[in-house]
Amino acid sequence: MTLQNRDIIDFLAGIEPGSRLDGLRAQRPETRLNAQKSHEALFEPEHWGSVTPAERFAAAVFVAGLHKAPDIANFYSSKLRDEAHGPELVAIIGAELEVGDTTGPYGHYPVGPLSREDKPGLVYEVSGESRNLLDPKLSAALEHIHLLVFRPREASAGALQKLLDAGWTTTGIVTLSQLVAFLAFQIRVVTGLKALAASSAAIGQVAQA
Amino acid sequence: MTETVIHPAIENRPNAFTQAEIGWTPWLQPLEEVELTERHWAGLVDASRAKSPYFMLLARDPDILGARTKTDKDIFYNVLAGLPRAERELAATAASRANGCIFCASVHSRFASHHSKRTEDVQRLLDEGLQADLGSRWNAVVEASVALTATPSQFGADEIRRLREEGLDDLEIADVIHGAAFFNWANRLMLSLGEPTPAA
Repeated sequence: MTLQNRDIIDFLAGIEPGSRLDGLRAQRPETRLNAQKSHEALFEPEHWGSVTPAERFAAAVFVAGLHKAPDIANFYSSKLRDEAHGPELVAIIGAELEVGDTTGPYGHYPVGPLSREDKPGLVYEVSGESRNLLDPKLSAALEHIHLLVFRPREASAGALQKLLDAGWTTTGIVTLSQLVAFLAFQIRVVTGLKALAASSAAIGQVAQA
Repeated sequence: MTETVIHPAIENRPNAFTQAEIGWTPWLQPLEEVELTERHWAGLVDASRAKSPYFMLLARDPDILGARTKTDKDIFYNVLAGLPRAERELAATAASRANGCIFCASVHSRFASHHSKRTEDVQRLLDEGLQADLGSRWNAVVEASVALTATPSQFGADEIRRLREEGLDDLEIADVIHGAAFFNWANRLMLSLGEPTPAA
């Protein structure tokens, strides 16, 4: 992909070639190129390893939904629908997004001076109905994703053990963690750049008025 | 025997934000140097990272590690134009403080202090938290980084207006966005794959 083409962040943020934001991104070509390569390494990899396309896109739909980024969630839903049982998975994750709805970050710190900043909040578990429909690996992933999205400070060796118990490999956990963490970045870059584009446009209108 | 979790025995686990040089230890088995293929070395980007348990754990998925490392380096080190390095590190520290990553905050608060020479202000951000008064311009950078770090994100026109009032142009605002956004990536790896260890 050349810089003249739109990459995934351009697409998700609605950045057109030749626009002001396109010009801004062109001043950080390495960031732009490697944010795109990161996306490709997770969603169009040469080596899928033990994490299937359906698992990756299902995770992405859940992460974007938890961030209340509907356009980004729709983008990953459209990818998930193309996978086996994709439409059913989209529906189940839609239901789980309501169960897991909250705002973050929250959670407790290691006991000590930071304990006064502890903020209790939802400890999400996959609902019984969805648990019957999902395989154990994806159920465990959804619970881990919610932990990483909202209360990463509560992550633990025990949480990783649950993933291993559900059938994740050590390398698969690294991939899942990168995927959730990368999306936390991608979604914020898209949110930030969209806000910047809107604000630049508003300034332009004031200048013309 | 790689498919088990490591429970490290740590005395005096770090339990407060600090600028001290603390360590980090993984909960999952990193690769051994003898296991590295050419693809793994490419993912590590710098061969010296083979000495780091963090990077050797992430090297299990080398392609994403390589792209991530290059994204990281450009966001923080490419200072030919745009936001001064100290304020990129401030954005990283603020995001890490908000998410609660004691390890990431230790590294990037040290960098923020080094590049700004404002060690005491940086320490107040660590000690008092995100409400600490660091002066108008730094407050605007911290507020924007924290708003972007919230889930769902609270970043928008108000934060951008505050940054513009402090004299930041659009490239500098984009640098704040990228610095804070990147630490929402880094924090979630550091927090979830292992834990900090005390300064030696």
